[in-house]
Amino acid sequence: MTHSLTAGLGLKPIHFPHALAASAAGLWFEVHPENYMVAGGPRLAWLDRVRSAHPLSLHGVALSLAAEAPPAPDHLARLKVLIDRFEPVLVSEHLAWSTWRGVYYPDLLPVARTQAALRRVTDNVQRVQDALGRAIAVENPAHYLPLAGHEMDEAAFLDGLARRSGCRLLLDVANVFVAANNLGFDPAACLASFPVEHVAEIHLAGHMPDPEFGGALLIDSHSTPVAPAVWALYAGLVGRIGPRPTLIERDEDIPAFGDLIAERERAHRILAAPAARRAA
Amino acid sequence: MSAGVGWQDAFVRALRGEPPGHPEIAALAGLPGFAVYRNTVWKGWVDAIEANFPAVGAFTGSRWLRAAAAAFATAHPPGTPALVAYGAGFPEFLAGLPAAADLPALVPLARLDRAWTEAHVAADDEVLAPETLALLPAGDLARLAARPHAALRAFWFDSAVPTLWLGNRPDFAGGGLTLHPRPEGLALVRPGPAVEAARLDAADFALLEACLAGRSLLAAAAACLEAAPAADPGAILYRLAALGAFAGLVEATETRS
Repeated sequence: MTHSLTAGLGLKPIHFPHALAASAAGLWFEVHPENYMVAGGPRLAWLDRVRSAHPLSLHGVALSLAAEAPPAPDHLARLKVLIDRFEPVLVSEHLAWSTWRGVYYPDLLPVARTQAALRRVTDNVQRVQDALGRAIAVENPAHYLPLAGHEMDEAAFLDGLARRSGCRLLLDVANVFVAANNLGFDPAACLASFPVEHVAEIHLAGHMPDPEFGGALLIDSHSTPVAPAVWALYAGLVGRIGPRPTLIERDEDIPAFGDLIAERERAHRILAAPAARRAA
Repeated sequence: MSAGVGWQDAFVRALRGEPPGHPEIAALAGLPGFAVYRNTVWKGWVDAIEANFPAVGAFTGSRWLRAAAAAFATAHPPGTPALVAYGAGFPEFLAGLPAAADLPALVPLARLDRAWTEAHVAADDEVLAPETLALLPAGDLARLAARPHAALRAFWFDSAVPTLWLGNRPDFAGGGLTLHPRPEGLALVRPGPAVEAARLDAADFALLEACLAGRSLLAAAAACLEAAPAADPGAILYRLAALGAFAGLVEATETRS
């Protein structure tokens, strides 16, 4: 089903008409479903039109899979409505939490990777997949803090999660790069140990140095083009594991659609390169 | 873990700038990396309010609005991740600020911004063709009511807030930047893909208000004439229908005139 997808773009309302008219081979679009959890109106109508022309992926930020509580039933129900309407080719979320005691905190908050957390997140993913009637992919988020109490690394945690829940994984190469920089590990080694057999999708995005602390603290801001070092990691990864649907994310300082298409073409070329085809 | 405060409870306390009551989170909260989370959460809340109240932002300036939004988010953080609709209580929150006493247009502008959001995300609905009204037998006027479109929002003000609001919205033309003392109303409608705005006079508003109350077309016409004896209720009804104010004709729930 997803083999025909190559490189896609995160879609913003300002680019709806351009997205509708775009026709590149393998192109697809991804949106945050939370932005479409409304009763009606032009947003949903536009997404209907884009969906009629291109494959669509729903990439959630608010299921709060790593919270010490099950996903909110009303939020899950609203997600199900969107999935039934738009029939997305991919559905994904994060290994993070964002809703706690009825308040939404718009970020991907961290969790200590303990055995207890693995059981809890597995249970939450299974609840989601049961409610939606399909597998989701779970993404590695960016990291900024040296949490105490980790009992396993992220690769082992996500591998356990995929094996226990049957979920797929979304490997965000930019998040690996940012986390490696901030927490002091080798991003290439991290990617080498990642359980790539579960990876259904790859994300790429731009980051920025913290305004106060500079390059010592990188922020996964989605506000800039993908960095050269992230492109290099991505090309190496795809050359090793073969092509996977790959998304260019951009959420801030949105450039012209053509600029994003150019970035997307770069990923498309890497996915179509002989090295990727040999690894497939 | 310590002292009965859970890890996630402590984490969100620290995000909100409160003492976390948890030694590990207290230590983490002092690190530069924690500020990334704190800044992102607050930026998300404040950006949503600023995006959802553009006329207030144009009227007060971004710096003032963002400070008010942060105070609002402190007291009323969003309960759902659909931030496109965040800020339902923001106009009432502004009404409680000292600045509202000095800026009488502030709260009404916020109410209209909020109404625009409600109209924008309202359920899709039919649009009553105005020609349908012209074909109605006279005997049906006392029995039928014009059902308001799901996106319709109507307001009446003692001053020309609608003109000021239109002047402070980048998505509308024809407004002004001065608050005139004349009374004025506004209807927000969504007959097609975009929310549209139409200023109302007293006769327009009286008729629309009666329709919103479920009163019959005859009763609505009477209310219109009561507000403005020289008005032409049939022409007003036709014009409001042409704007997209109505979704259809239904049995009136309130037939008193």
